[in-house]
Amino acid sequence: MECTAQKKKYLAKDYKSELKPIWCPGCGDYTVLNAITRALAEMALPPEQVAVVSGIGCSSRIPAYTSVYGFHGVHGRALPVATGLKLARPDLTVLVTGGDGDGFSIGGNHFLHACRRNVDLTYIVMDNQVYGMTKGQASPTTAPDWEGSKLTPEGTGINPFQPLVVGLASGANFIARVSASDPVNMAQIIVEAVRHPGFSLVQVLSPCVTFRPEQAVWRDTVRTAVVDYTDDAARAARRLMTDDGFNVGKVLYKGSRPPYRPEFEASNGSIGELEARFAL
Amino acid sequence: MTVQSVSLTIAGSGGAGVVTAGSLLLDAAARAGWYALMSRSSGPQIRGGEAAAMLRFATEPIMSHDDSFHLLMAIDWDNITRFAAEIPLTAASLIVGDPAHGDAPAGLLKNTPRVAALPMSDIAGTIENGRPNMVALGAIAAMIGLPPAAMRIVVESALKKKGPAAIEASMAAFFAGIDAAKSLPAIPRLPAVAADSTPRWSITGNEATGLGAIRGGVRFVAAYPITPATEVLEWLAPSLAKVGGMLVQAEDELASINQIIGASYGGTPSMTATSGPGLSLMIESLGLAVAAEVPLVVVDVMRVGPSTGIATKSEQSDLNIAVYGLHGDAPHVVVAANSVADCLFTTQWAVHLAEAMQVPTLVLTDQAMGQARAILPKPAELTFIGQREVAKAAVEGQRYKRYAMTGSGVSPMAIPGTPGLTHTADGLEHNEFGTPSSQASDHQAQMDKRQRKISQFNYGDHWADIEDSEVGAGETAIITWGSATGPAREALQRHADAGGKARLISLRLIAPVQPEKMAEALRGIKRAVVVEQSHSGQFHRMLRAFYDLPAETVSLHQGGPLPFGPKQILDQLNAWSA
Repeated sequence: MECTAQKKKYLAKDYKSELKPIWCPGCGDYTVLNAITRALAEMALPPEQVAVVSGIGCSSRIPAYTSVYGFHGVHGRALPVATGLKLARPDLTVLVTGGDGDGFSIGGNHFLHACRRNVDLTYIVMDNQVYGMTKGQASPTTAPDWEGSKLTPEGTGINPFQPLVVGLASGANFIARVSASDPVNMAQIIVEAVRHPGFSLVQVLSPCVTFRPEQAVWRDTVRTAVVDYTDDAARAARRLMTDDGFNVGKVLYKGSRPPYRPEFEASNGSIGELEARFAL
Repeated sequence: MTVQSVSLTIAGSGGAGVVTAGSLLLDAAARAGWYALMSRSSGPQIRGGEAAAMLRFATEPIMSHDDSFHLLMAIDWDNITRFAAEIPLTAASLIVGDPAHGDAPAGLLKNTPRVAALPMSDIAGTIENGRPNMVALGAIAAMIGLPPAAMRIVVESALKKKGPAAIEASMAAFFAGIDAAKSLPAIPRLPAVAADSTPRWSITGNEATGLGAIRGGVRFVAAYPITPATEVLEWLAPSLAKVGGMLVQAEDELASINQIIGASYGGTPSMTATSGPGLSLMIESLGLAVAAEVPLVVVDVMRVGPSTGIATKSEQSDLNIAVYGLHGDAPHVVVAANSVADCLFTTQWAVHLAEAMQVPTLVLTDQAMGQARAILPKPAELTFIGQREVAKAAVEGQRYKRYAMTGSGVSPMAIPGTPGLTHTADGLEHNEFGTPSSQASDHQAQMDKRQRKISQFNYGDHWADIEDSEVGAGETAIITWGSATGPAREALQRHADAGGKARLISLRLIAPVQPEKMAEALRGIKRAVVVEQSHSGQFHRMLRAFYDLPAETVSLHQGGPLPFGPKQILDQLNAWSA
């Protein structure tokens, strides 16, 4: 409806289900759920016009905690599910939620190609640098010297994955980093991400209080980025590659590539025309 | 009556135009009122490798290749012995080669076929822009009785863009070949047939699969290229676009299957096509589609496995993974096409089954039928259209149950966008609402429901093709599936010609199994031969697990890529008759 006066008003709670999250008390993901529902209310999107798609992990539980259409699939494959859904149903607003392991390890290839393909999706990654659901193993964003896991007692010795740098290089059309400690700001950024055409990547620093209790200091470590976003990918790359990962609260990059949409004709062709080509 | 037919192979190195020549011959045969089947075999080279086009012509529709070839026309001898096993020759066969390329390799002469020379390149050299393959076609046409007028129509159509000079050069080479054939020994000829009014199609199995999908209602396809399934996708990409659908090339098979899950969750009937290696990658997500009850179709155009195997050649060895590959108890549907034409029927049926039961449905075809081109009577229109039971509107005061318990096991599905019916579809075990649950009672109820919907569904007569020999079923059955059905059909026919009775049972519905229907089909049958192209006899093992087979059952199984010849099956029937 064009007329805003007629537009139904929504509250954040209208987008929440009655299901109680399985998360630990103090988990950053609660804030993300709040920010998502707040953002949807701000945009006044009817719940049935929104879908949240996820894979596996603590943060991937979000769909069932919302009152919109949800899809909770298998580990690492949220982006392809969302891609298929959005291409088949461009009228829907499609959000993808998940963690760093789901998105950057098992789902890494889909991450590259989702950025590249630039379907109009908003991907919210709750990065806590750990696999929480399986009780605390190193993830692709874990520092190489983290010795907290029995699986890698000497640390992984592997440099962490840089999701925003890789996302930019792969063609993501919108890149932002936010902190779970500021849900109001996060909601604003999510609104911007949803409204920006193409593939939008939002990294959330979302501490794991159980397996990475030292992340509690993130609340104080993070700082609001001092510069506004750029539309220059080279400049964005330099900023992303030189920051320490704690500049948050602002959009870092906005591109202008048109979203991917396969060519097809309105259904004016008939199956008979296809069959005629086989006739002798 | 046994079909009167002539079989020939055209072979040569890359650039010899073997497959082009085969296609022209096939189309010309169709113009002449004949029926035809063409398979192709190629080496692993990306470009320029040796190739062979195997053709069989008859005055009636044909389902299978013959046991041996009457003619091997070798444009050159490059690597031809690699095909020797695939081109069985007898003492009555004729090899025609170009002396410019030397003598026929010894590897082809084991069964002492006749050998004759046709200087194709020299003859072509006398004609401006003449090509040896057109000379070969002329000789073949003369030998098998194909009217030149039919070839002219086909050549004019094929070379329209290249202009009249190219057409005349080709036809001149063709007529030179006809002249030269006068000196060649004879092979069987087919009679000229009066033009009949039966509408005919020229179609490959892979194209038929694509058409079946579109007819069934599929409008979203995501897929990753893989031999020998790629032609399904290449046909679908432009065709889907014409009917308001789309094809997305995904980054891998994991993405393919999950994209179609997303599109189908969004309400669009969806499909992917792949081969064994790709199916292996999709298996985990097929389980997701079972659990979340997302309808979709996965076509597996089988090739020789395991691993990369022989990517360009056929085998029926993905039966186990298709039926048993999913982890957990995962009720789903597996169907199999048993001919080029049946790729259309079975795929269309599969879309119908998937949508009606909200279940992933696998379609098994294979390289042999997928890449075979057939001239066949126009397939009948089918009424199967994917029809999903959709929840249209919220019921006042009731929370929507996505996985509601119903008698049929099928729960009305809410499509995103529908107000009041929001829910989360989940691969986690869940209750009727879709809410994750680890309760034993919810698991039991949801498993019962998933099983019930496919067990209680009415598959009608389509579960198998059951055909009796013209003189009756007697007490003998051939039980088979997929590509092995073609030679089995011909064996049944030859057996009948000799007065033998038998019944052919070709299973189209592989899973869920149909023990009652099979018992009915096997009533009065005392002995059976099970025919399949699998090294370990996967189909026979499955039959033994789920069906009461006659005490006297013989398993006739062989790995790919060599297809069964009708005689192999006939020999078993004759052994029992003796």
